[in-house]
Amino acid sequence: MILFEQFNSEIVVNLIYILAAMLFIFGLKMLGSPETARRGNLVSASGMFLAVVVTLLDQSIIDFSFILIGVCIGSLIGFFAATRVKMTAMPEMVALFNGFGGIASLLVGSSEYLVGFDPNSALLIAIYLTVLIGGVTFSGSLIAWAKLSEAISGKPFLYKGQQIVNALLLGFILLSGLEMIFFQGLFTENQFQILGLICLLAFTLGILFVIPIGGADMPVVIALLNSFSGLAACAAGFVILNNVLIVSGALVGASGLILTNIMCKAMNRSLANVLFSGFGAVKDTATGETADQGEVRPVNTADAYLILEAASSVLIVPGYGMAVAQAQHSVRELGELLEANGAEVKYAIHPVAGRMPGHMNVLLAEANVSYDVLVEPGDVNPIMETVDVCMVIGANDVVNPDAKENEDSPIYGMPIIETDRAKTVFVLKRSMASGFAGIQNPLFFKSNTRMLFGDAKESVSNLVAEFKG
Amino acid sequence: METQLTLLFFVLVLSIFLGFELISKVPSTLHTPLMSGANAISGITLVGALLASGSGFVSQPLTVLLGTAAVTFATINVVGGYLVTNRMLSMFKKKEAE
Repeated sequence: MILFEQFNSEIVVNLIYILAAMLFIFGLKMLGSPETARRGNLVSASGMFLAVVVTLLDQSIIDFSFILIGVCIGSLIGFFAATRVKMTAMPEMVALFNGFGGIASLLVGSSEYLVGFDPNSALLIAIYLTVLIGGVTFSGSLIAWAKLSEAISGKPFLYKGQQIVNALLLGFILLSGLEMIFFQGLFTENQFQILGLICLLAFTLGILFVIPIGGADMPVVIALLNSFSGLAACAAGFVILNNVLIVSGALVGASGLILTNIMCKAMNRSLANVLFSGFGAVKDTATGETADQGEVRPVNTADAYLILEAASSVLIVPGYGMAVAQAQHSVRELGELLEANGAEVKYAIHPVAGRMPGHMNVLLAEANVSYDVLVEPGDVNPIMETVDVCMVIGANDVVNPDAKENEDSPIYGMPIIETDRAKTVFVLKRSMASGFAGIQNPLFFKSNTRMLFGDAKESVSNLVAEFKG
Repeated sequence: METQLTLLFFVLVLSIFLGFELISKVPSTLHTPLMSGANAISGITLVGALLASGSGFVSQPLTVLLGTAAVTFATINVVGGYLVTNRMLSMFKKKEAE
């Protein structure tokens, strides 16, 4: 009878796990459209709630006090982090959270390893992968966080013999994996030593993997680490033989990979190039040439106002410089005034405009820009000739015509927003300094380009004042 | 054991395909909330952490300590991830028709 009841409750628990997995899938599907996204997030959260509650009913849990401590501390930290974080700091926080997911999976794998079970190589492989992926995700995310929050230099860190060090490390990691799975006592005496060694190697790998990558490439790294945090949870699912971990982990792993791929395409670089080349190498060859490209044509606020006032379509191209200058709100105000003046206003957003995929959209949404006027380069490039005025605010490399015209340019082939084909282009810029990639931008010297020098926020506010005055 | 593993592998492969299908339809406007939302989902490892943390301190002190640390980290991930995603999505508004 007892056996029967246990059998029954196990089926119920597993059915509820399947239900939780379905809620995650529906939640992710609803995240595909701005109208349903918020509800989708709630659906996904209720799936998580269900999975947690049903787990708490498990008979093997005999003591709730430690669980309570962990959940309380975690909830408090999570709550404050989520409600306090500034939208500009979102990439750092997502990086940090990825790392927490990774370390949690590592700890789950470790506790299963040390609990003492019948040795079985499939389980040992799963534990090895959980600890390895979780550890790499954790230390890699911490480095990504430090680079994004500028706690350490965002410059790519390259050194001689990097490849050799990496190859040696990978060799060691493989060896220690064999040691764990077959446990021959090759270079460790007990389970604690081998586990500690693998953790150490995984942390080292995570650090060495992210440290050579430059700050400008961090969006790719966060997307990849996002994928890793999912894969770590997935591997942990094989350790505790739980299908909901495997399904959700795989969904997150796939999601991170797709975003990684999108970011790489937006920069016209392969993943291998982002991970292993260090953008510094490109930088050096680029800054050498400063060919005379002619004169730039500055414009003052009053003249810019007259041109904008006569425009019937305006395209705003924001870059991270706009967010640094905190100009989003002034830009939104200008956009509204232009619309009131009868112009059609759109915002063209390049995938690498922010510090993580979709970051610029969030920053504009925070400034109350309606999401239906945010468009992608592929939507506006074909109709660029019909745009009266293009306002480039704090963007540089993503509007550089060299990406299409100059085969020698390091960014040749990168998809850009082709602002140079608009009737008039305003470039709001502090000075003539070059962008992230450190390359000259011929857009500034084109005959239809006018430079509006000065702080982006100040320039836009002045334009707003002209409209109101 | 072997059949169970095979089944789990089957689930894994199907989930990966499903993930690719689902995510490739998400517009770039929503990529940041997607990422933080997915991040919250990866906190599902909390399920394993709860089992370890509740296994009884007297008999399994090490497991409980590791498990409790895992519960803490995974909860930060889950609670923080869902809350911040909700906060971001609440800012995405369409202009009301005038």
